[in-house]
Parts: sequence; C-alpha cells; structure tokens
Amino acid sequence: MSWFYFLNYQFVERAYLAGSFIAVLCAVLGLFLVLRKLSLIGDGLSHVSFGAIALGLFFGMYPFYVALPVTVLASFLILKLAEKAKMYGDAAIGIVSSMGVALGVILASLSRGFNVDLFSYLFGNILAISNQEVYLSVGLSVLVLAAIVFLYNDFFSATFDEEYARISGVRTDLINLALVFMTAITVVLAVKVVGVMLVSALLILPAVTALQIARGFKEAIAAAAIISVFSVLAGITFSFYGDLPAGATIVLINFAIFILFFLLRRRK
Amino acid sequence: MKTVLSVNNLSFSYGAAEAFSGVSFVINEGDYVALAGPNGAGKTTLIKVILGLEKKKSGSVEIFGEDSGRFLNWSKIGYLPQRVNVFNPLFPATAEEVVGLGLLSKKKYPKMFNKDDKNKIQETLKFLNIKNLKDRLASELSGGQQQRVFLARALVSEPELLILDEPSTALDQAAREYFFELVKKLNKERRMTVIIITHDTSQIGEYADKLLFLDKEVVFFGLFNECCKSEEMKKYFGHFSNHLFYHK
Repeated sequence: MSWFYFLNYQFVERAYLAGSFIAVLCAVLGLFLVLRKLSLIGDGLSHVSFGAIALGLFFGMYPFYVALPVTVLASFLILKLAEKAKMYGDAAIGIVSSMGVALGVILASLSRGFNVDLFSYLFGNILAISNQEVYLSVGLSVLVLAAIVFLYNDFFSATFDEEYARISGVRTDLINLALVFMTAITVVLAVKVVGVMLVSALLILPAVTALQIARGFKEAIAAAAIISVFSVLAGITFSFYGDLPAGATIVLINFAIFILFFLLRRRK
Repeated sequence: MKTVLSVNNLSFSYGAAEAFSGVSFVINEGDYVALAGPNGAGKTTLIKVILGLEKKKSGSVEIFGEDSGRFLNWSKIGYLPQRVNVFNPLFPATAEEVVGLGLLSKKKYPKMFNKDDKNKIQETLKFLNIKNLKDRLASELSGGQQQRVFLARALVSEPELLILDEPSTALDQAAREYFFELVKKLNKERRMTVIIITHDTSQIGEYADKLLFLDKEVVFFGLFNECCKSEEMKKYFGHFSNHLFYHK
C-alpha cells in the first residue's frame, strides 16, 4: 500500500481543501490582529461561538448558522463596549467571552442531551467536515480574503499608524469594524479546524512566526500564509497516521515552527 | 494671496481642562510659520484639532477655503507627527512601504499603487537622499533616518501645506541643520506653506518668517523680527524677551 493512500479518502481531501483556505485567512487576519495588539479577540470570540453553538444545538438548528451571526454581533458588542463603556478592549473581550461560555454551560446543563456534540466543538475535528461545510468555508474564506485585498492599504495604514491613517482619508472607525467583523467570521470557520479552545493559536502563531523572519509587510503576509497552510496540512496528515486529534496536532506543529524560527533569528 | 489656513476663535478642552481658547490666525500661501510655546501650551493639540484628529469645542477652521469638517483633500497636507519612532517596533514595514502610505489620500479604491505612484515614491526617496534605505525595516533605522523616511511620507503626495511637529527632537546638530535647510528649500523653491512646531526658538528664527507664540491662547502672531517689539511678548517674557528669539 502506498504511503499516500490517505489521499484517496474524500474526507481527507475535504479537510485539506477547507483547512488550507481557513489557514490562509487566519494567517492574514492574524497578522493585523497581532500588530494591533488585538491577539486575544480571537480567543474571546471563539468562546462566544461556543455559547452560540450551544444555542443552535439547544434549538435543534445547524450550529454553524447560529454561531456566525451571534459571533459577528458579539464582535460589534466588544467594539461598542470598549468605545462607550469606559473600558479597555481587553476588558470588553473578557466580558463578552465569559458571557459566551456561561451561556454555553447553562444551555448544556438545561438540555442534558447534546453535551457530546457540544464538547466535540471544543477541540474541533477537521476530518469530520461535511461537503456543505467545505463549500461554506471556502466561499466565506474567498469573500473575506477578497475584502482584505480590496482594503489592504487601508488596513496597513490603520495598523501602522492610526492617527496618520485618519488624515490620509482612511475611515479608521469603519476599518476597525471591518476587521472585527472578518475576525468573527474567521473564528467561526476555524472552530471546525482546531476547536474553540485552540482558535487563537491559529490566528496568533503563524503571524508571530512570520514576524521573526519577514523583511517587509507583504513578505510577512506571504510567510504567515505559507506557515499556516503547511502546519494545517501537516497536522491533518500526522493526525491521520498517528490517530491523534487534528486540531491539537496542527497547533503543536505551528508552535514547533515558531520555536524553530525564533531560534534561527536569535542565532543571527 | 491665497489663504491656506484660517482659524477663528478656536477652543478645545480635555474634559474640564482647557487646552487652549479663542485662538485666531490666518496663514497664507508660502508662509513659513514657527508655532512655539512652553510645554503644555496646546501646540500639538492645536494642530490635531486643525487636522480633525481631536474634536473642537468651539470656533471654526478653514483649510484651503473649506470648512475642516467637510475637507477631504488630504493630499494637499503633509504631516510629520511628533515622536515618529513610537510606532510598533515589531511592525515589519520597509521604508518604501512607509513612504507609500503618504499617497493613500490621493487614491481611490482599491487604492493599489500604479507605476506612477511607484516612481513618485522612488523620486521622493531620492530627493531626501534615502534611496539606499528603501528595503530596510523602518524599525531598524536610526532616529534621523526614521525622521527622513517619515518626512518622505509627508512629501510624497506633493502637499501644499507641510505641518511638522517637533521634527528636530531626535536629531543631532548636523542632522538638524540639514533638516531645517531642506524644509526652507521646499518653502522657497516649491512655495510650500510650512507650519513647524518647535521649542527650539533659538534656531528656528533663522528659517521661519513668522512666529505664532501660543500659551493656551495666542500671545503673539506676526513676523519674527517684530516679536521683540511686541508689547504682548514683553508682557509675557519681561523686558528680556528680545534675547529669547533668534531671527534674521
């Protein structure tokens, strides 16, 4: 039997396809989030998606369809809280994310029937992705990536120097809104790949690894995307052969790459 | 003569703390104005209010004849903010990428740079003698080199009004003189209107034509060589005010 016999399985093909698109999306958005010191917004929104998934399961609806709008709404709530309620962004993220977890736990306790389903979302399983989820993941990834390309220079300007961006005619309020909106979509997609608990790793690790080596912003984006896709593909493959959980394997490979580049940079 | 900036009875406060009030002045095309005053006088805040970065409490600002609230033609203004080296040191932007940001105010979506834009960036780098830095990360440059990169960002859109906030802070004496000469050249040869915020009143009078002295209100606004005779300045500084400002 060939070493590559796993490629004959359709569920592996689906995982590779959806995983690659989501990996690129996480890497590109993650770079903006890390540089804007918003790394933990991914963590906060993934906790909200946990509550939203519980809500979907509670009402017998497809969790993805509930998680998407609820997480997007929560991202706006974080922005508005930080803006209007006299608190820093990290406090707003903490409040909204703990509300999400609390909602999930209460609903799981009330239902007594879907705990197994709900907890499978905690750690994700890209190998169990359905055709419908692949279409949705690829479609949404392409849309968000197209929006990032369209707004690239505005994102770059607002991330580098927000004040200067404003007098360059960049609507930084709208750019910030677009960034959290896109992050919310990305988080919901990434929950399928690595699970609620590990989403922030997929947003943060490729970005910080790229920052160890990049000699320009476009180079950083390309490096983050390549590292992210490589770790997702390698993670899926290793998890298949080693019978390991795919999400955790992807995160550990990402971390190993980060350590490698960190040490290489230190040696220079 | 064309009016570039008209400020009328402008006031601003941070909550209950008043930053400045009743500020009025007019700056015309080709003026080179030094905006001076003690720490906390409201100099940087005044510029931020003019640029719409802070919301005014009362009064009006007209930029190139248009109310600042409706002003959209930002490529006419080049701005070099105070302490440029406070940007995120992790940010992997090259000098060339930073300079390109100055062109965004001219671009329409999707704001991609074409060949002309790229040529403009190269010309500006060359003009400021920093073409050799174009592929270097901004965070790895010295204070003086960063200052020139950020000046290039302010100049790349060929602005008519150049606003510089404490540009000489990170520079040694030689770099400072080079910088001031360069700005003077832009003012004389390109008729660029210049507003320069400075605490360096001993040197700026060599270059600037007008002085706007601010201490929460306008103490003096006029030609540099008239400031020594000004009653307001004598009242503010005492009879030795004429020794505090160097001018031509």
